[in-house]
Parts: sequence; structure tokens; C-alpha cells
Amino acid sequence: MSNDRIVIIGNGISGITAARHIRKRSDAKITVVGKESEHFFSRTALMYVYMGHMRFQDIKPYEDHFWEKNRIELKHATVSRIDTSLKRVDLSDGFALEYDKLIIATGSESNMFGWPGQHLPGVQGLYSLQDVEAMEANTKGIQSAVIVGGGLIGVEMAEMLRTRNIAVTFLVRENTFWGGILPKQEADLITRHMREHGVELRFTTELEEVLAGADGRVRAVRTKSGEELPCGFVGLAVGVHPNIAWLKESATIKTDKGVLVNEHLETNVPDVFAIGDCVEFHKHPDPQRRNIEQVWYTGRMMGETVARTLTGERSAYDPGIWFNSAKFFDIEYQTYGWVRNKLQDGETEHYWEHPNGKTALHLVWNAESRKFHGVNSFGFRLRHEVFDRWLRENVTVDHVVKHLHKAAFDPEFFERMELAVRASFNAKSKVTA
Amino acid sequence: MSHSDHSLSIAAPHSGTLDGPQKATLALAALGVLALLVSLPMDTIPHAGLWLTGALLAIVVGVLGYAWRSYAHHPAGIKNNGVWHSSLTSRGAMAWVVGVLLTGFYVVLYFYPQYLGLAGEGKANTGIIALFNPLSRLLSGNPASQWFVYGTLYTVAILSMGTKFILKYRHNKYEVVRTLSVMFFQLGFAFLIPELLARLSLPYNDFKNMWPLNYSFFDDWNVKGLIDAGGFGLFMLLFGVAMIFLISPILTYFYGKRWYCSWVCGCGGLAETAGDPFRQLSDKSEKAWKVERWVIHSVLVFAVVMTAALIYSYLGGDSAKGFWLTRGMLLGIIVLVLGGVGAVLLIRPGMVKELNNKVRYGAIVILAAVIGFTAYAYITGGSDIFFVESYPLRKTYGFAIGAIFSGVVGVGFYPLMGSRVWCRFGCPMAAVLGMQQRFFSRFRITTNGGQCISCGNCSTYCEMGIDVRSYAQRGENIVRSSCVGCGICAAVCPRGVLKLENGPSPLNPLSGSARGLVSGRVSSDPIAIGKTGATLR
Repeated sequence: MSNDRIVIIGNGISGITAARHIRKRSDAKITVVGKESEHFFSRTALMYVYMGHMRFQDIKPYEDHFWEKNRIELKHATVSRIDTSLKRVDLSDGFALEYDKLIIATGSESNMFGWPGQHLPGVQGLYSLQDVEAMEANTKGIQSAVIVGGGLIGVEMAEMLRTRNIAVTFLVRENTFWGGILPKQEADLITRHMREHGVELRFTTELEEVLAGADGRVRAVRTKSGEELPCGFVGLAVGVHPNIAWLKESATIKTDKGVLVNEHLETNVPDVFAIGDCVEFHKHPDPQRRNIEQVWYTGRMMGETVARTLTGERSAYDPGIWFNSAKFFDIEYQTYGWVRNKLQDGETEHYWEHPNGKTALHLVWNAESRKFHGVNSFGFRLRHEVFDRWLRENVTVDHVVKHLHKAAFDPEFFERMELAVRASFNAKSKVTA
Repeated sequence: MSHSDHSLSIAAPHSGTLDGPQKATLALAALGVLALLVSLPMDTIPHAGLWLTGALLAIVVGVLGYAWRSYAHHPAGIKNNGVWHSSLTSRGAMAWVVGVLLTGFYVVLYFYPQYLGLAGEGKANTGIIALFNPLSRLLSGNPASQWFVYGTLYTVAILSMGTKFILKYRHNKYEVVRTLSVMFFQLGFAFLIPELLARLSLPYNDFKNMWPLNYSFFDDWNVKGLIDAGGFGLFMLLFGVAMIFLISPILTYFYGKRWYCSWVCGCGGLAETAGDPFRQLSDKSEKAWKVERWVIHSVLVFAVVMTAALIYSYLGGDSAKGFWLTRGMLLGIIVLVLGGVGAVLLIRPGMVKELNNKVRYGAIVILAAVIGFTAYAYITGGSDIFFVESYPLRKTYGFAIGAIFSGVVGVGFYPLMGSRVWCRFGCPMAAVLGMQQRFFSRFRITTNGGQCISCGNCSTYCEMGIDVRSYAQRGENIVRSSCVGCGICAAVCPRGVLKLENGPSPLNPLSGSARGLVSGRVSSDPIAIGKTGATLR
């Protein structure tokens, strides 16, 4: 097994995590094929390159000599075909790689819903390094932009554009921001903050068509209600889907929306595995989660899990307690456990918001047993380990509130938000009692 | 990636061109600088008091107005937009111009003060030095020197750019408090108190500036001057010694070296305020880290050897000079201190178990050599301790380290190598505090479980060139001797991953205790990734 030739398609967080952990645990020959860039970079940091906070080399988590030192061979190429009977990967540059084990980790692609004009110059999604380069060119000298979406990539694009003083109109199909995920209180808080940054939000507004100008570039968009919004750029931020179109030709590997895998991240073909954004579980090991998970953290966990399997310790993907984070302009967001956009059966909640309107905490628990279900936190940093332990140990919400100071992670001298949270929680409990 | 919008902005919140008020305020500050420069060729300065007040006011008001316009009207938050698009903050043409001007200023200040108007023994100063006479007379009663001019400009820079920094980081109370602290220590301890001491005919003393950063503390003239000044002078001498051997180790044990480097120190004060727009320029490579460790520890050895040799020389053969300290006692102290450090390295390798063996043996060899020299000097009774004459050694140190490294390179290269070149590669004080911080301190930067997205903001904005991300993405605490605890990594982190901490860990009650100090503080807390306890390190 230590002489295995392992080929990993995709050099994002999933593929690279797999490669690193395989190397830690074995002497296998590792080759990583990546089409976007020669070296691994942090996709979540691409926005900061456009905003001028960092250069591209700054978002590469490892120095370039790391790969040779750790005997991880990098191929900057595109895969044209996989032959699972010959156990061979053909590359677009004419080379072929033979493998003993294959890991598919090709991530996502931006959704496009077939709108008229969606391929016009100046219209694009935001996912890849090439997308950011295109955005740099597409937004040069423009005055205004329209973003279609209502989720994380949309707000990232809005933040990027605002750093160049470009007017942004944000079309959101739902009646609140990120309405499929955030409860209304939090959605309103983020909406206010985006407006403070000069973003014009239009809810329950859908894109009908992108209109071209005389120069062939985007000139305006038309909404479903017939309104025309002039703009020099259109950002399509309506989600992503697994990047597997290239795989369809290799019909032996079963796919649906993504590459279909079992809980061991095994595809239907022996010795072929898939991890990260491109994966679709037949049945997710955690029934609370969807079968396609497009999150940095879960990609990283899948990478480590498959590395164990390939080095002799067959492991099932077990992502544990749900957690995630994001930043909306200046407001940081962390979540642990489950806070759904609407309360589930038997759940009750406490929402606390600071008078500054930018700091908030949302606790959800079972009304009867008082078992704690999850927390959404805005502008108040919380310790991952503490909430992870509380959720594993099934503590009550009262325990969480009483010990909240143990989870506070804000810098020194910051206002102690846990005190205000506790006070408001206790005040409400008294009223209810 | 293409870089567009090369503007002249100093980390303006919106890249692109400056607006009208920003241009006007910058012009006002430039006018103030120009008003100072105009005095250079003049023999006598008419209305010097008014002139100086006007010039300094123009600089301060200009900088504050610019900062107000740049930050106050935008929501509080991280303001790094366009940093790498701006010529001044991304080693563009503007950076080279400013770098050359700053370097030139330091060369003139240290080596050609006559061009500033220094007239020499007994004669009245002219030019910019004369321009500062009214302020100097007001404070100390004496006419200004080139060092007074420098001290005033230094203080003005820390106060005005410090205010700008506070506006920029107004959402982060740690940064606000820390910056108020460096502004206070610069204005009070480095600038006003020494001038007032002079007015009271007491020896010059900057209470917070300790050896070995203050390498002239143990100079013949300084020690004598303090002793001759009577009770208060003796207090200053003892306070200086207590700072080195008592106060500083205790504070560093509890808070890390940050209590000094980013809260008190003047060099750090300038770096954190005027140098803030350049923090991202530090080299984060492993290679730079290697160079850093060699250079800074060499400077420390140089400083220690130079000081020991100097004291040894002027102590004389016996207690003839009236000092209670004799050569024999000095040698005894050296042997005791170094022997103690050596004993820790040898006997308790567990205390320093992360130290690799090569480093440990190297340190033991150096300590043994110094003790050997000392013993030889004691037996032979020669006037030099390390076979070199102490005064030329002192002069070389003052020139190479004191002037060239800390001044010309340390500040002159801000726009090219970042704001902490001196602190990172040269400061012997930072080296001493760094060793304490690494091995005998509770301070560390903790990482928040699995929340890191490897974005690189922390590493990019670390002025000390620490690759913070390499620890954060492994979920490992950051315990690095060079960390000055400025807190910017934690501030720029978009996912709330980093926190500066001194206390015992709520998760690991052992860390912070004698045992956990070393093991629990450095090793990583595993990031839980599954119910089966799979971990990611």
C-alpha cells in the first residue's frame, strides 16, 4: 500500500487536505491535478485579492517549496477523461496518469439559470481564480452593478464592488436576505448593515433578462416586474452545483447532481473516491444535512477522512456537530448546531440584539426538555470547542447561558456581550415563568 | 493578477483617487513639513515660536483631518481596501521615494547634524535646530539639540498617526487602549519627563527605556552621572536595574513581551502608528525566519559582550573608584547568571523541550565560552575581558547597531521591508523578552477550533513576519518569541479564529500552570471533526 500511486483530481481544500494527510500517514506516490492554478490557494480569500487586502501569493497557504519537500507532485492541467478499467487519467496536455487509487475533488461551478443574455460580456459568477480575474477586467471603469442572488457569494461580490465605489443593486428573490438559512431577525440585521454600506437591496425581485448595449456588453437588466436597471456589470450569485460535467463521459462512475458516494466516500467503482463540493451522498450520514454540502470545512473533513481510508484505516465520513462562519462586510457570523430559518417542531428561541444593531445572539432549544439545539452569533466571537462539547453533551439552554463566558472569544477589553445576553435571557424567563 | 488604481493613498478605505478634503488635508500636512524644511539654511529664525507652532499644528491637523475624512464617515471595521493597489503601501514608486527620504533624514541626523544647524561647541545652533529653541527652552530651559528636534518630531508622529490608527481601528478596543498606551509613554516618559529632569538639573533618563535596548545605560558616564546626582539618581539607577531583572521578567511572564513591545516601547510605538500602513510588507517566508533568529541573537550576544567588557574596563582592578561593585564581583555575577541559564538548559531540558538539540548545544557552547573568558580574566587580572578593547567595541556597537540598524534601516526602510525591521531582526531587548515569552510566559495566541479558512489575512498583516496562518489552519496555538502581541492578526481575521490570551485555558486547566506552561501552551488542541474523535492537526 505504501507504493500506491494516488491521483487526486482537484487542488482545492478537499484534494489538498487529502494529499497532506496521505503524506503524513504513508509513503504513497501522490499526484494532484489542478486546472485553476499551479498551487493551492484559499478560495474563500479570493475576494480579498480584488479588494486589495492581499496579493494572490498571500492567499496561498503553503510556500511553493512545500510541495516538493513533501513529495506531492503537482500537475497544472485539465483532465479530459478517466478510464476506470485501465485505471488511467488522461490529461488535456496529452499526458496520462496511471493510478491505484483515484480521488475526485473537483469542487463546484456557478449556477446559471438560462436567463437571456447571461453570457454577455460583463455578466459572470464568482467561484474561481479566473472569475476574479474576469471581474477585475469586467468592472474596470464602470459606475454601477447588479447582483442577482441573496446568499454568501452575493454579499461578497457586493463588498468587493463597494471597495471600488461602484453602486450596487442587489436583487433577492426571497423576501429576506439569505432567507433559506437565516431567521428573519438576523436577515434584517445584515440587511441594515448592507444598506449602511450603500448597497441597494430589492427583495422579492427576480431577474428576467440581461440586456446588451450597442457595444455588445451588458447595458442593463430587466426584472420580472418589467423594471429596467441600467448597469455595467451583472454578478450572478445564485448558488453553485458540483463540477462534474467533465465526468459524464466516463460513464462508469455514477453521478446524479454530484458524484454519488456512500458514507465511506466510495463511488460505485472500486478504488475511486470523491470528496468535497462535487460529492452527492446517496444518504448523508447526518440526517439533518443535505446530500450535497458545499462548505470549506466539510471539504476539509472529507479530505482527512479519505486519507485515513487510503492509508489502511477505512473510515466513514462523520462531520460531527454542524458549524460554519462567514463575514458580511464588517459583521462576523458564527454558527454552532442548528438554528433554522424557522423554528422546528417543539423548538423555542431567544434572540438578543445589542443596541448598536450589529451584535446579536440567537439561541434555539427544545421547549420541553430545554435541550440546546444551536446558536447564531453576529459580531460576538464564540469558542468552537466549547459549543462543540456542549452540543455533544446535550446540555440545556440554561447551562449554555449560565456558562456563556466560557465560550466568549472576543479580544481583551471588548464589551462582555455574554453579560447582556444573560440578563436579557433571564429577564424573559422570569416574564414567561 | 493585474493591479490597477495605483493611487497615492495611505491605505485609504476606498482604493482609487483621493477626494477633495483628503487632498486638502494631506496638502496641509505637507505644508507643515515644508515650513520646517525652509528653516534649514537660515542662521536666525524670526518668530521661531510662532513659526514652529504653525508648522507642527499644520502637520497634526493635516494628518488628523486626513484620517477623519478617510475613516470616520465609513462604518467601523477593517480598513485594508486597496492596500496592495496603492503605490506607497505596495513597494511602488511612492514607497521608494519615501524610503529614500526617510533613510536620508536618518543619515543626516546621525552623521551630518551640521546640515540641520548643529554649530558645535559653544556656538549657537542655526537652521531647524534653532527653530525648535523656543519649545526646548519652554520645557527644559536649554536650547534645542538635533536630538530634541528628532524627539519632538518622533512624538508628533506617534501622537498624530496614533490618532489616525485609533480612528482606523475604533471598533477594536484592544487596539484603541494599546495605542493610547504607546502615545502616553512616548509623550510622557520619552519626551516630557526627560526634558523636565533637565530643568531640575537631574540626569537625562527615559524610565521605560531599559538595557539592552538602551545600550548606554551601563556606560561609564551614565552610571557615574546617576550616582553623582544623589538619591534620585541612585533611584534611577536601581530602577533601571530592577526593570531588567525584576519588573520586565514578571510582566513578561504574565502578559508576554507585548507589555513592552507594543504597549510601552518607543520603537514599537512608532512602528505601530506611523508604521502601520506598512505592516504587510514584512517577509513571511521560512527563510526570513531563519535569518531573523541568527541576526537578532547575534546582536544580543554583541550587546551583552560589549556591555560586560565596558563595565569590566571602567570598574578598575579594585574598589578604588568607590563603587561597591568590583571586577571580581562582576565576573561572579556573569558566571552566576550564565551558569544559571546553562543549568536550566542542561538539567531541565523538559522546560525547553521544543528547542532543537543543535540550538541547545550551541547555546551551551556560547555560555561555556563566555564563562571561560571570564575565568581567564579573573585569573590573569587583565584589563580586557574578551581580548578586545572595550571602548572601540562600544563605539562599533553604537555605530552599527544604535545608528545604522535601529535608525537608518529600522525606520528608513519602513516602506520597503515593513515597520518592524529593527524589532524583528535587530533589537536585543526583543531578543531577551522573546526568549522569556517563548519559554517562561503564559502568553499565547489561541486558535478557535476548526474555524480557520486559511485566507491569510493574519499572516499578511503580521508586522513581525510570523506565518500565523500556518498555525491557525492546524488549530495550533501561536507561541513565537518574536510576537509583539499587537493583536492585528486577531483583528483582521474574518472568522473570529485568533485570540491573545494570558490566562489558564478553560479547556485545559493545566495550561498556565507550571506544567502546562510549556506543553499545553504550545501543543495544539485537536480540532474535532467527527463523533469518533478523528482529529485534524
